[in-house]
Amino acid sequence: MTDQQPTALVIVGARPYGEEPQDIAILDGRIVPVEEAPEDATRLDADGLILLPGLVDLHTHLREPGREDAETIETGSRAAAVGGWTAVHAMANTTPVADTAGVVEQVWSRGKEVGLVDVYPVGAVTVGLKGERLSEMGAMADSRARVRLFSDDGICVYDPVIMRRALEYVKTYDGAVVQHAQDLRLTEGSQMHEGEISAELGLAGWPAVAEESIVARDVLLAGHVGSRLHVQHLSTAGSVEIIRWAKSRGIDVTAEATPHHLLLTDESARGYDPLFKVNPPLRTQADVDALREAVADGTIDIVATDHAPHAAEDKDCEWASASFGMLGLETALGIIQKVLVDSGALTWRDVARIMSEKPARIGRIDAEHGRPIAPGEPANLTLVDPDAAWTVTPDGLHSRAHNTPFGGIELPGRAVATFLRGAPTHLDPRFEGVLA
Amino acid sequence: MTGTILGAADINRALTRIAHEIVERNDGADRIVLLGILTRGVPLAERLAERIATVEPDWDAQERTGALDITMYRDDLFKNPTRTIGTTSVPDAGIDDAVVVLVDDVFHTGRTIRAALDALRDLGRPAAVQLAVLVDRGHRELPIRADYVGKNIPTSRSERVNVHLEELDGEDAVILRKGE
Amino acid sequence: MRHLLGTDAMSREDAILILDTAAQMAATQEREVRKLPTLRGKTVVNLFFEDSTRTRISFEAAAKRLSADVINFAAKGSSLSKGESLKDTALTLQAMGADAVVVRHWASGAAHQLAHGGWLHGSVLNAGDGTHQHPTQALLDAFTMRRHLVGGGDRAAGGANGSGGATRSGGSGHGEAGDRGGEGPTGKGLDGLRVAIVGDVLHSRVAASNVPLLTTLGAKVTLVAPPTLLPVSLRERDGLDIHYTLDQALDAHDFDAIMMLRVQRERMTGGRSAFFPSPEEYSRLYGLDGERLRRLPDHAIVMHPGPMNRGLEISAEAADSPRSVIVEQVANGVAVRMAALYLLLAGEDQK
Repeated sequence: MTDQQPTALVIVGARPYGEEPQDIAILDGRIVPVEEAPEDATRLDADGLILLPGLVDLHTHLREPGREDAETIETGSRAAAVGGWTAVHAMANTTPVADTAGVVEQVWSRGKEVGLVDVYPVGAVTVGLKGERLSEMGAMADSRARVRLFSDDGICVYDPVIMRRALEYVKTYDGAVVQHAQDLRLTEGSQMHEGEISAELGLAGWPAVAEESIVARDVLLAGHVGSRLHVQHLSTAGSVEIIRWAKSRGIDVTAEATPHHLLLTDESARGYDPLFKVNPPLRTQADVDALREAVADGTIDIVATDHAPHAAEDKDCEWASASFGMLGLETALGIIQKVLVDSGALTWRDVARIMSEKPARIGRIDAEHGRPIAPGEPANLTLVDPDAAWTVTPDGLHSRAHNTPFGGIELPGRAVATFLRGAPTHLDPRFEGVLA
Repeated sequence: MTGTILGAADINRALTRIAHEIVERNDGADRIVLLGILTRGVPLAERLAERIATVEPDWDAQERTGALDITMYRDDLFKNPTRTIGTTSVPDAGIDDAVVVLVDDVFHTGRTIRAALDALRDLGRPAAVQLAVLVDRGHRELPIRADYVGKNIPTSRSERVNVHLEELDGEDAVILRKGE
Repeated sequence: MRHLLGTDAMSREDAILILDTAAQMAATQEREVRKLPTLRGKTVVNLFFEDSTRTRISFEAAAKRLSADVINFAAKGSSLSKGESLKDTALTLQAMGADAVVVRHWASGAAHQLAHGGWLHGSVLNAGDGTHQHPTQALLDAFTMRRHLVGGGDRAAGGANGSGGATRSGGSGHGEAGDRGGEGPTGKGLDGLRVAIVGDVLHSRVAASNVPLLTTLGAKVTLVAPPTLLPVSLRERDGLDIHYTLDQALDAHDFDAIMMLRVQRERMTGGRSAFFPSPEEYSRLYGLDGERLRRLPDHAIVMHPGPMNRGLEISAEAADSPRSVIVEQVANGVAVRMAALYLLLAGEDQK
C-alpha cells in the first residue's frame, strides 16, 4: 500500500499510555529507536500529551454506498482521524448491503483511496440483512477486504438456527459473529427504554429483556458450538451479568459498550428530541453504572462508537418517525476520559486496551493495529491532550451529518494528532508549521 | 386635591338620590332591571335595589338585580395580562323589554360601558338601557354619557380614583390618588 | 399560560382556573346568542395529522364561539408513511400567522416538538398526541365530575341549591354560571372523590392525562385493566390502586365516577400481538353492564370519552342510563376548549 510521504519525526516529551515521558521516533511509517532518527527529523513538542496506540473502532457506520447524504467513506474517515482513530470497522447495512465480496472490496478500496484511516468492512451475516439465509461469508473473507467480522448490525440475527450456523461457519476464517442483540418481537414499534419515563412520554417501551434474552441465547449457542461471539452495544445491567457469567464459564465471548450508553440515560428522551433516539435505547442510571463498572473490570472488553450519521430530515421530525442512531467518532475519546479516566476507574493504559488493542484483536487486525508503542511496530499512534477541554458543537464536527446528542456538553480532552503508519491524518492547529 | 373625596355618608346620600331619580325618571320601577358591572358595580346595584324597593314595595329587589361581567367584550384584552372571567347573572325573567340600568363605580373613558352594551346585546333586547355611576371622572373616549351620577370629580388623566365599598373592602370611600 | 401540552406538569391552581373559566364559558353557551367577540382577530389553526372529527369540531366550535378565525388543516402522513414533515407544516402555519395551533398527531411528543422546536411562535394546544396526552379531554372529564359531584354543583347529589337566580335551571334560557356564595364548585378541586379508570391504560392518552390531573385535583384514582394493558412501571409503583378485574374494583371501593376507556379494535385483533384473548372475555371481565352499574353508589356517574364500542366496554343499558354523563361530556368539551383558548390567547402578546 502506498502511504503518504514517509516522515522522519520525533515526538518529544509525550507520555506513552499516560506513564513516564519518553521520546518516540518514527521513520518510514514505523517506530524506531530514538537514536536511529535522522538529525533533520521533525521534532514535535508533545510535552504534557498522552501517546496511545491508534484507536480502533469496531462499530462504525460510514453509510457509503447508499446514503452519501449522511456520510461518505471520506467524511467518515476524516471524522475518525480527528477523533483519534486509525482503524474503523464499517458496518454492512449500506445500500446495497455489504453481503458480497464485491461490496466489501468497494468499501475497502475506497477507504484505501481516502487514506485517512484503515477501513475494515464488516460483512453481513445474512443476505440483504433479511435473516433468511447466510451470505457468502467465505467469499468476503477471501476477498481483498479480508473480512473477519460478520454482522447484521441494525437488525438482530433473530433465527436461532441461522445464528448457530453463522457461529459455526465463521470458524473457518477465525472470524466472529458480531451480534446486535434485540428480540424483534419484543421490540415491535419500540421507541425508548421501557420504564417510568416511556410510560410518561407515551413512547412504546423497549424492555431490557429484549436485549438480555438474545445475549443469553447467543452466549449459550456460542458455548455449545465453540465459536467466537462479539456482542455489540451492551445497554443493560442484565446483559452485563450474562456476559460475566458466560466468561466465567469460559465461553469465547467479547462485548462492547458505546460512549453514549456510558454517559446518557432515558431521561434524555423527555424533550422528544430525536437526537437521543438510538438502538439500543438509552437506559437508566443503574444500567449506566453497571456498564461503567463492567468496562472497568473487563467484563465489557471494548468501547465502540456505533457512529451512526443521519441526514437532517431523518432527525428533524417526530420521535417515532426519526431514525435510530447518533454520531460518535469525534466525541468518544473525550467521553471515555470524562466518565472513566477522570473518575479514576481506568488508567490511560486501560484506554489503550479497550479502544485499541482489544478491538484490534477482536477484529483480527492486530498485526497492524493495537500494537505496542515500541520500536519496530507500525506507527499508528494517537496523541491526546487530556487538558484540552472543549465544548461539542454539531457544526464543529467533521461528519457530513450533525446528529450528535452531545451538543453543548463540555469534554475534558481530545485527540490532537493522529498518525497512520507515520503519516499525520489529523493535526491540531497548535502543530501548524511544525508538520506539513 | 387628593385623599378621600367621598365618605360613607356621601356615598349613602348619592345612592339614595340616584334610586329616587331612577324611579322618578321611569314612572315607577315596574320595568327596571339593575345590572351591576363587575366588580364594584355589583354591590352598588344591590344597594340601589334595596333603596328602590323601599320606595316601590311591589318591586322584588332580588328578582330584578343581576351582575354583568364584561371581560370577554373588552377591547383591550390583548393589551393587559389575562383577566379572570367573572360571573354574569341575569334575572330569571330575562331582560327583554326591560329598562336595564347599568351600574358601575367609576365612569371614565366609556370603554367599559361600550363593552357592557355589547354584552347586553347577547343577553337579550331591553326596551332601554340607562347608566348609573357613583363617580364620573371625565376623559371620555366614546360618545357615551351617564343618566345618573353620584358625583362629578374632575381629574387629570394621571390621577387614579379608587372606590372602596364595605362589602368588598371593609369601608365606604372614594379616594383620589396622584398618578406616577 | 403559553401552551397547553399536558396535565402532568399542571399546577392545581392552573387546573382550577381552567375549570372555573370553563364554567363561565358554559354559562354563555346557554344564552340565546352564544357567540362572544372575545378572540376577534385571532387565528386558530386546527392541525390534524390524525382523523378525529369529534375533537376537531369541538375545537372548531370553541374557537368560533369566541369569534376567532378558524383554519382547518388536515395534514397527510402517518406512522407508516412519512408525509409532510412536522417542521414544514409548522413553518407554513407560522407564515400564515397562526396565533394558536390545535394539534392532533399520531406521534407522542409532536405537540411538545411544535411548541419547543422554534418553528412557530403561536400557542400550541395539544388535542391528543400518540399515546401521550390529551389534556382538554382530562379537563372536560374533571369539569364534568366537578359539576356533578362537588359542593352543590347543579346536578350534585342533594339537588340544586335553590337560591333563585343563583342557580342554573337546566338550560332554560337566561341563567347564570351557577355559583355564588361558595355553594357551587367554583374554586374547588375534586378532593376526596374516588374515580375508576377502566380499560386500556397502556395506550390511552385519556388515561395518561386523567391520572395526573385527577391526582392534582385531590381525587383518588383506581386503575382497572388487564395486566397486559398497564404500563410495567405503573405495576411496579407502590401506592397506586390497581385492580385486574372490574368486579374486584367494585368490591373494593365506592366509586363516585367510573370512566370507561375505549377499546381499540386492533388491540384485540392483533393476532399474535393481541393484548387479550377475545372481545367476549374482555366484556366479561371489564365491561360495564347493568348488573355492575347497579353496584355503583347511587350518586356515581358513568363516563366515556367516546366514541363508544357498545356491547364491548360498555353495555347499552349503562351508556343510556341516567347515571351516564357521556353526552354532557361532549357539551362540556366545548366549554373547556373555549376556556383553554381564552387563557392561551387573551392577555398581552408575550411573543
